[in-house]
Amino acid sequence: MEAPTPHEVEVVHRTLTDHLPILQVIIPLLAAPLCVLLRERALVRGMAIGVAWTCLAISVTLLQHVMEHGVISYAVGGWDAPFGIEYRIDLLNAYILVVVSAIAAVVFPFGRGGEGLALNPARVHLFYAALLLCLCGLLGMAATGDAFNIFVFLEISSLASYSLIALGRGRRALRAAYSYLVMGTIGGTFFLIGIGLLYQTTGTLNIVDLHDRLQPVIGSRTVVVAFAFLVVGLGIKLALFPLHQWLPNAYTHAPAKISAFLAATATKVGFYVLLRVLFTIFGATFVFTTLRLHNLLLPMSLAAMFVGSLAAIAQTDIKRLLAYSSIAQIGYMTLGVSMGNVDGLAGGIVHLFNHAMMKGGLFLVVACVVLRTGSAKIDDMAGLGRKMPLTMAAFVVGGLSLIGVPATVGFVSKWYLVKGALERGWEPVALLILLSSLLAVIYVWRVLEVIYFRERPEGAKEVGEVDATMLIPTWILIGAAVFFGLRAELTSQVALDTARMLLGTGL
Amino acid sequence: MTQKTPMRMQDKIILRVVSKALIPPILLFALYVQFHGDFGPGGGFQAGVIFAAGLVLFGVIFGLDAVQEVFPPIWVEILTAVGVLLYGGVGVVSIMLGGEFLNYDVLHLPGPMHGQHLGIFLVELGVGITVASAMTAIFYFFAGRATKR
Repeated sequence: MEAPTPHEVEVVHRTLTDHLPILQVIIPLLAAPLCVLLRERALVRGMAIGVAWTCLAISVTLLQHVMEHGVISYAVGGWDAPFGIEYRIDLLNAYILVVVSAIAAVVFPFGRGGEGLALNPARVHLFYAALLLCLCGLLGMAATGDAFNIFVFLEISSLASYSLIALGRGRRALRAAYSYLVMGTIGGTFFLIGIGLLYQTTGTLNIVDLHDRLQPVIGSRTVVVAFAFLVVGLGIKLALFPLHQWLPNAYTHAPAKISAFLAATATKVGFYVLLRVLFTIFGATFVFTTLRLHNLLLPMSLAAMFVGSLAAIAQTDIKRLLAYSSIAQIGYMTLGVSMGNVDGLAGGIVHLFNHAMMKGGLFLVVACVVLRTGSAKIDDMAGLGRKMPLTMAAFVVGGLSLIGVPATVGFVSKWYLVKGALERGWEPVALLILLSSLLAVIYVWRVLEVIYFRERPEGAKEVGEVDATMLIPTWILIGAAVFFGLRAELTSQVALDTARMLLGTGL
Repeated sequence: MTQKTPMRMQDKIILRVVSKALIPPILLFALYVQFHGDFGPGGGFQAGVIFAAGLVLFGVIFGLDAVQEVFPPIWVEILTAVGVLLYGGVGVVSIMLGGEFLNYDVLHLPGPMHGQHLGIFLVELGVGITVASAMTAIFYFFAGRATKR
């Protein structure tokens, strides 16, 4: 390999298109300090929305480009990989970038801004700065091809999300944010230790280069220990059962809009990094043939599906219910990974997109309810079916999708998961997937029953439908859950191609 | 509060005189670490921390109001943002000049070596400004809570 000689590199004039992988990340990064300087609330809010939509446009362009021309590589600072930081966009992360920026583009404009925050109105600009930093971190984790750079962005997004969660009303939000901070820091540290061990062994941080250099030493104890640290650290970040304890409190006490954004993006990006570690750094052969990770991942995923769903049934707070349901849904994603075949993995990947749409939409519904009634208790939603018909209809559709009714996205993911399980010869697992869907029926029905079949109690606060600034974002996400359920080939094709690419070698 | 008012820090002559003598060299040393970072150990982060340490010492001895008069909280907030913008701005300028993000080669003609020098200088300056302001902001926040109580 040639040594890097930046001092002899000629200046090649590039078009703006070549810079898209980095622009994706630095636009929100630079918009955040601009928010602090501008201070004007309307201006800052407009800029955040503009940034989110710009990122969406960039990520869609990148996805198209990757689908047509293959992997894009960008050398930050002009230092070529593997010496410099490489931004490497392939099918998988182009897809994740689209998911994250699409959710941001829909959630940021939700409401008129600022509502439901325990924040001095004069400091709302700092809220948007944190929101943009969180977006920057999530996009950065997805875009970069450098393991240490992933850690840096992981910390950026996590620190921003701790402060966002702490903005929820009441002191419990602070406690939730603090316990997330402790858990998140442990997760981040484990991830860093894992990277450190790999760096010590191979002398490189570039993900693709890591894969090549690990091959001769793949069975060594250091590498196995590094693997364990990485998987456990990421397990905390993506709230994989039994490392999920931080999630219900964080999602329950965060401002509802933030819950929607984080539930739809943060754990998804964690899942993406897990896929990168398992398949790109270590490779499917090592993970499934040598270490037999599925022996661990399968029971944990099944436990997540059942514990999450059962806990969701027992909740009296709608946000907590959705949070526990998220833990179950993360179980579906990791279940797909544990199958280690194309259909199962594609099921997990497509569920990442699908769950982002439906859970984002459902949390936005809850945000509407909380802004109108001031409460997230399920009992306080009694009779809302008549008062807020459009919002509640969105909840019905989202709930059906969570169950996995045909013509919704939930069905598409479960279809691939069941197919993958049968292909693998795991008939009982296929049965368990269907059984856990029945649990989803129970917890969704409990809420619907309260909404539609109970009268609004005497003397309850008079409520009306929310305005268009909230309804439109909610229905975009819920609509997407139906649209991509009907046109399943749009997402599943990308997911299948991605799964084939990840499993490319081995198995 | 206890029955008798405790003696304030600035009334203790040794603390006052020693800290007055120490603060200027601390700030100067921070600048040395900042600008000599290309030739010796140091850089923006360390310099920022040392600079903030000087301010914190001033605040501890002479009180929050005194240090906030020197470095008002609004400027702390602004400079925190300015440092990041300076860092990112260098990257954006290098994109505009036809290089990759943060490719310093293109920053300064006649040669890439000058560009590298200028680039890392500005980036480290941005880091230094943000770190110093962020550290001070953290101190202001905690000190402010203690006085309110």
